[in-house]
Amino acid sequence: MHVPDGFINAPVSAVAGVVAAGAVAVSLRGARRELDERTAPLAGLVAAFIFAVQMLNFPVAAGTSGHLLGGALAAILVGPYTGVLCVSVVLLMQGILFADGGLTALGVNITVMAVVTTVVAYAVFRGLVKVLPRKRRSVTVSAFVAALLSVPAAAAAFTLVYAVGGTTDVPLGSVLTAMVGVHTLIGIGEAAITAATVGAVIAVRPDLVHGARGLTAPLKLRVNGELVEAPAAPAPAPVAARSPRRLVLAGLGVSLLLAGVVSFYASANPDGLEKVAADKGIDAKVEDHAAADSPLADYGVQGIGDTRLSGGLAGVIGVGVTVVAGTGIFWAVRRRRTGDAETVPASSSSSVPESA
Amino acid sequence: MGAGHAHKLYRHAHSPVHALPPHTKLAAVLAFVVVVVSTPREAMWAFALYAVLLATVAYLARVPAGFLLRRLLIEVPFVAFALLMPFVAQGERVEVLGMSLSVGGLWGAWNVLAKGTLGVAASVLLAATTELRELLLGLQRLRLPPLLVQIATFMIRYGDVITDEMRRMRIARESRGFEASGVRHWGVLAKSAGALFIRSYERGERVHLAMISRGYAGAMPVIDEVTASRAQWSYAFALPFAALVVCLLGWTL
Repeated sequence: MHVPDGFINAPVSAVAGVVAAGAVAVSLRGARRELDERTAPLAGLVAAFIFAVQMLNFPVAAGTSGHLLGGALAAILVGPYTGVLCVSVVLLMQGILFADGGLTALGVNITVMAVVTTVVAYAVFRGLVKVLPRKRRSVTVSAFVAALLSVPAAAAAFTLVYAVGGTTDVPLGSVLTAMVGVHTLIGIGEAAITAATVGAVIAVRPDLVHGARGLTAPLKLRVNGELVEAPAAPAPAPVAARSPRRLVLAGLGVSLLLAGVVSFYASANPDGLEKVAADKGIDAKVEDHAAADSPLADYGVQGIGDTRLSGGLAGVIGVGVTVVAGTGIFWAVRRRRTGDAETVPASSSSSVPESA
Repeated sequence: MGAGHAHKLYRHAHSPVHALPPHTKLAAVLAFVVVVVSTPREAMWAFALYAVLLATVAYLARVPAGFLLRRLLIEVPFVAFALLMPFVAQGERVEVLGMSLSVGGLWGAWNVLAKGTLGVAASVLLAATTELRELLLGLQRLRLPPLLVQIATFMIRYGDVITDEMRRMRIARESRGFEASGVRHWGVLAKSAGALFIRSYERGERVHLAMISRGYAGAMPVIDEVTASRAQWSYAFALPFAALVVCLLGWTL
């Protein structure tokens, strides 16, 4: 499933690269919270484990065999951030050392195989664990469903990337059917093995399974013949994260550069989805968008003749508006949340960080 | 680590390519691949010229052709995928040997095959002429986050250890008469994977404690600082610059 060079066009590869770099940056910060100062050796060893497990072949039937992808397994065993990090490192090393997956397609590979699988698997897993009764059995069942869904989700994400930046005009429907169909079959194998592996680890070292942390019962001591809850050990203080300002500024700069300058070099042809729509006549009934006569319609600024300047300016304005709107929403949500916390001071006992 | 300290893809030799600082080589390979990918696929002669450029590098690095070609086998799955493209793609069709093939699909297959093969060949040359440790130092010099480089270092350092552990578990299973032949045996393999995870994780904790006791404070000391002179940079970038000239010719002609 590693994407080679030349499969996805250059602008989309660049955008996927930026997305992947952002995801890895976020994971680096998150992994420090999941593993504190042990991050480097533990994440490295887990990455080596994923690398080894990908070589473990499982016989399917009649001489064919498959191998584990490991995204869901990593997310459940060590947590989503470390999981993304480990799979990304494995992909990076596979690309540089083993020439497995193109260097320019590294962003696409990391986005599809590390980020999408891990995030989907962990979201499904957390949701199911919350709903199902708090038992070990439900952890295994959730692991099964999470792994089952994560593989076709990655296939669908790949199809989406292909739709935007594919270099060959293969009908999207057949790509989607083939990719999701094949990967659903792969997903069943992945799910069975992942669930069994998680079950095996839970049976021996339940404390190592990140996804089963809520299951630990509080330690009880027998004092004078009756059970008393042991005093909880003080939670270690989380490592202070570095200031996000540099990350934010770099992200803003890259978005502005992409939107303002690189966008001009992007393909002038309609994107894959629009093209398919046009070919199949789907868009015959499409009415013009309500904002068609807005000053920024069709990614250009009205009244500016030079197409390059106009397109670039529209991109820069778009990024600016998005950032302002996003920051506003985030700010409003945070204000409301702190407001809630002030009105309900009784909930302060549950303020211990979950990941500590 | 009984198997020596070089990975199997590395080919020891003394050549001008081996002697280049690793980060110049990494940057040059990346630039070369980017140039190759942005070449128009209609300029078929350009890809032949790229192949000639890579062959020159291989000659300078004393990497035999047989070694390079064997390593290229890694992309066989894509060749299969690329060969499917002319049959499923849409658009204008031509008759070739009695089969109706799509013109766009043929171009797409050519595009993926040519660019993919050149990319794989460039990566193989990089791995064949650069030691693992140098490669990681090069990544660090190219401003990859230090934590990411450390994780990659540990993965490479312990990759062989974990893989060998897995191999020993397989030998132990097989010497007790176990043979994985179908779905019914998945449980056994999954238990092995679980045991492997626990062993890896516990080894990670031991490694961390050992590092702490030797004064690790979150960063690895760099003993041999690699720097590259202007001459070395220009020598390494001869490849992507030559490729860029070919690419520009491909766009204009």
